[in-house]
Amino acid sequence: MNDTIVVTDQLTKRYGGRTAVDRVDLTVRHGEVYGFLGPNGAGKTTTLRMLLGLARPSSGTARILGGRPGSPAVLRRVGALVEGPGFYPYLSGRDNLRVLARYRGVGGTEVEDALDTVDLRHRAADRFKAYSMGRKQRLGGAGALLGRPDLLILDEPTNGLDPAGMADMRRLLRRLAEGGQTVLLSSHLLGDVQQICDRVGVIASGRLVAESTVDDLRETSGVRLRAEPVDLAVRTLARVTSAAVHREPEGLLRIELPADRCAALARALVHAGVDVHEIGPIDQSLEDAFFEMTGTVEVAS
Amino acid sequence: MTASVRAELLRLLRWPTTMVLGGVWLLMNLSFAYVFPYLSYRSAVADGDTRLAAVLLEDVSMAQLPPTLVQGMPMFGGAIVLILAALATGSGYGWTTWKTVYTQGPSRLRAVGGTLVALAMIIAGLVLVTLALDVAAGAAIMALESQAVVWPGATDLARGVGAGLLITAMFGAFGAVLGVLARSPALAVGLGLVWALVAENLLRGVAGLLGPLETVTDLLPGTAAGSLAGALGAVGESAGGGDPGANGGTPGVLSVLDGGTASALLAAYAAVFVVALLLIVRHRDI
Repeated sequence: MNDTIVVTDQLTKRYGGRTAVDRVDLTVRHGEVYGFLGPNGAGKTTTLRMLLGLARPSSGTARILGGRPGSPAVLRRVGALVEGPGFYPYLSGRDNLRVLARYRGVGGTEVEDALDTVDLRHRAADRFKAYSMGRKQRLGGAGALLGRPDLLILDEPTNGLDPAGMADMRRLLRRLAEGGQTVLLSSHLLGDVQQICDRVGVIASGRLVAESTVDDLRETSGVRLRAEPVDLAVRTLARVTSAAVHREPEGLLRIELPADRCAALARALVHAGVDVHEIGPIDQSLEDAFFEMTGTVEVAS
Repeated sequence: MTASVRAELLRLLRWPTTMVLGGVWLLMNLSFAYVFPYLSYRSAVADGDTRLAAVLLEDVSMAQLPPTLVQGMPMFGGAIVLILAALATGSGYGWTTWKTVYTQGPSRLRAVGGTLVALAMIIAGLVLVTLALDVAAGAAIMALESQAVVWPGATDLARGVGAGLLITAMFGAFGAVLGVLARSPALAVGLGLVWALVAENLLRGVAGLLGPLETVTDLLPGTAAGSLAGALGAVGESAGGGDPGANGGTPGVLSVLDGGTASALLAAYAAVFVVALLLIVRHRDI
């Protein structure tokens, strides 16, 4: 069974002489929460707009749920919240959802269910324009959930939410994925992505610079140790390994070696008469990886 | 398409703008078609000017219902419908609701088609409510003056309603395409009003001096709308411009084209505006 829900091939969008999205190849699999990471202006929203058929690619292709982006057959199976919630300000939250439900061809029960899911039923009779930013975002989430879509495409879904709301949204997205729905979300909130996403794609300056699991992106990037005397430690390390040894502030040394070499290094250093005060793998946070990847691209461009 | 129409009717009928603009049109129509002429009639009676009084009473009689129904539509009614349609399509860009709608599953053409059909239904309803109001006002005046009610012929009445629908449909389609072109309600309304209330009148004025331009101004949307109202018997300003209303006629009502040509032109303009709107919506990024 083909479990690919979204796949793009060299997807590109140019506005005049500016390339907003540059030959992006990404793949989203069934049942996963896929985080689309990137700094502001990196091309996240433009990519999502192309996946939804709101913008046409300049070149390249995309397939969603086996169909063409923007086709009614595909959109009926997709729920989306892109560039913030867009609703009629004079209508209540409930009536706004009723309008969308009529477009989607679903009944009033689904409207109430969606309001319950985002915990907005108690304010559903209020006009949209009277909502706080957080409530507007919740209503946007409710609109995306109408019709129990197979794929949710959410652009910065936690924007405007308070911490409790953000936690609710994270739990909701995980629950949806556990229920078999696939979630593609863009964010620049790395903490959110680290907590809820199975895989991530990192985009910078329009280019997809990495696509992997969160764990792989956070993979250990070497061994760090504090030892004295430092010069003896460096000479010993140079003798037992060909890996590069970097001096860091505060007497730290960093060696570009897999983490499973820690014990062997410690033994060699002690055997050479070096006092090893601390040694261990370097745990790179997603944030570190993100800055490393996006920073590299910015320098290169 | 039915789903889109139902969705659009829900949001348009609950939109205060729809009610406000509809109310403004009905109030203007009642005031200028019945209340002011009737007050003038009472004044003429008080002054003993029986000839003027007879003319004014005839103007508000039921027999004059078809021209009375459409006389305000080439200018004020058309402008109000244009504003409604421009706001209905243009606001969706400011509120970003088009984007939300397009991601719910309907094709773009079905979604915007739903808006057009819903707008057409509302505009048709407005024409029929105007007719009902005019009937009530005319009947009330005839009763007040103890005059017998003489109904217009069914064909004349049907022509009047048809002309009203055609004129408002053209202005509605014009407003809708402006809203989509401008992607902004304010700009669309501004451009539409400048064209409908100012630019066409200025062009017709210039055409009086520049003969060849008259061929063009005779085919303008406002000329067609005004001519159709004029063909039904509404009294308007003289063709070629002049001070609107100086001759006692209704601004916007013209006698440039015959009824058939004016109807065909209005239908053609409405069709062109709708096709242009659909093409733009289909091909442009949101």
